[in-house]
Amino acid sequence: MKPSLQRGDRIVLEREHFQNLLDALNKKGYQIIGPTLGEGSIIYGKLSCVSDLPIGWTDEQEGGMYHLKKRGDNALFGYTVGPHSWKNFLFPSVQQLLQAKREGKGFQVNRKREEIPKFAFLGARSCDIYAITIQDKVFIKGKFVDPHYASRRGDTFIVAVNCGKAGGTCFCVSMGTGPRADLGFDIAMTEVLKSDRHYFLVELGTERGAEIFQEIPYKNASEEERATANTVVENTAKHMGRYMNTDHIKDLLYRNYEHPRWNDVAERCLACANCTMVCPTCFCTTVEDTGDVPGGHAERWRKLDSCFNLDHSYIHGGSTRYSIRSRYRQWMIHKIATWIDQFGTTGCVGCGRCITWCPVAIDITEEARAIRKSEQAAE
Amino acid sequence: MGIKRKPKLAVWKFASCDGCQLTVLDCEDELLTLTDHIELAYFLEASSAVKRGPYDISIAEGSVTTQQDVERIHKIRKASKLLIGAGACASSGGIQALRNFTNVKDFVSAVYPSPEYIKTLDTSTPFSQHVPVDYELQGCPINKHQLLDAISSFLHGRKPNSTSYSVCIECKRRGNVCVMVAHGIPCMGPVTRAGCNALCPTYNRGCYSCYGPKETPNTASLSTWFRRLGMKEDDIVRIFRTYYSNAEPFRKESKLHEKDEK
Repeated sequence: MKPSLQRGDRIVLEREHFQNLLDALNKKGYQIIGPTLGEGSIIYGKLSCVSDLPIGWTDEQEGGMYHLKKRGDNALFGYTVGPHSWKNFLFPSVQQLLQAKREGKGFQVNRKREEIPKFAFLGARSCDIYAITIQDKVFIKGKFVDPHYASRRGDTFIVAVNCGKAGGTCFCVSMGTGPRADLGFDIAMTEVLKSDRHYFLVELGTERGAEIFQEIPYKNASEEERATANTVVENTAKHMGRYMNTDHIKDLLYRNYEHPRWNDVAERCLACANCTMVCPTCFCTTVEDTGDVPGGHAERWRKLDSCFNLDHSYIHGGSTRYSIRSRYRQWMIHKIATWIDQFGTTGCVGCGRCITWCPVAIDITEEARAIRKSEQAAE
Repeated sequence: MGIKRKPKLAVWKFASCDGCQLTVLDCEDELLTLTDHIELAYFLEASSAVKRGPYDISIAEGSVTTQQDVERIHKIRKASKLLIGAGACASSGGIQALRNFTNVKDFVSAVYPSPEYIKTLDTSTPFSQHVPVDYELQGCPINKHQLLDAISSFLHGRKPNSTSYSVCIECKRRGNVCVMVAHGIPCMGPVTRAGCNALCPTYNRGCYSCYGPKETPNTASLSTWFRRLGMKEDDIVRIFRTYYSNAEPFRKESKLHEKDEK
């Protein structure tokens, strides 16, 4: 009989027993979602066995560029974040809110009951866990609770992976959101690859995290194993592809509403909204009502929208943000300045997706730097 | 809405391929429901039985390329409460608007053995250049969802659901991986209006811009990136001159990349 595990314990899971973790989660009734290969990138999808993971693959990311390549080892998590985020599962981009049927002179509203699986997110990175806590704040921690988000978020089991590699567009260190997971996880793992051994140092973040390991072979972590895992994450922190100086960033942007840099970025910005669509914290939606030809059936849909769309700022008489300049400015200032007033933290977690997936490589860290530099030059 | 008789619908053809008219027939499952609620009063592609105007709704496909077209669209406008332009031709001039960039007489003499019988205008133009148009359905061709939405919104007095944002929005909503960023495939999605549910990028092809320019398209920035992806100037001209070559933002952008042959 093993001594019972507790929250805060650190243990070692050998690579050959990794499948046991998936089996244990499956047995508890979780639908496991995690990284897998798809459409020439690493996306999130349903996982049932270890071989569904992108074993031995890594990604190369730069502004407007994403490539997969082989690593030369058999790492399970040897890449950074891809185009998908957990938002795809907790806050689906297209959702039916209600259906209505005409009855006599009135109508009857039906809310379709959705079968929502109990999710286990495998391989969540620290930046993305921060993004989930930010969306929690928006959707369930405020005065109004979004029932759709709440029911999906429910009992999500989170298996965090501390990053063993920094991506070309990563800047979690600047935002204080990684690369080591320090909140919101049930278990957090650091993958250690040595010439003769492949294992995971596991930190148990919750009681149910500890419970999962009751049926998985493990051993207590030695000092050496802990130190090795630490080195992996520290090394990642040293190799961030991007940097953003967040010192008084709110005031910096509040002082610079009319900075010429906004004109400069507007020349490049396509207002295509890819940045907001891939951003793990962007949450704007639009509502569309549809009705059939006989007029007996109507539906209301909620769809992911973006502040880069002209219609997003449409009010009586027209749109308030007609120019691309005003839209980019709105997005960036909201993300890293007004968000602080609104929710207490920035809305940026430094995941770098908006940089990688911008078709023309606009870089939020570069835009912030340009504005700060011009002030420094003026002093 | 208290309309006692069924509203009369007319479907008209101008210079076009018939694809948009076919979309009416392509409604298949909904076609009989549609005819329960509206009278197909004039639709030559479906029936030779025609009723005289006026019409409650006219859906017109194609562009204006002859003097007869000019006169006909004025007559149709007068006979219709609501005039809906259907497709790229109706709203921008269509593929045949390529003539607007050159001398149409050269085309005529290259194509027809007896060019003297051909009487045509120098340009292909959208209806809106000749008469007021109430609503435009975009796409080459339009799709049945937008068509049914427009008709049902007319029948029930609600706002039709139209999109003006980019194809990228629909592409990302589907969870697609960007073909331009991940595979270096030039894609018109960032400057193109949504409506097709990102059909081509879903199958790993770049967008061809069948729905025309989005609102405030930044074509100059996209062209700069196309060049970085290795596209030649000629190819940039061509990518902006497909279904919506005569739409102002695409017309202007394509002109900038044209080699001065004079």
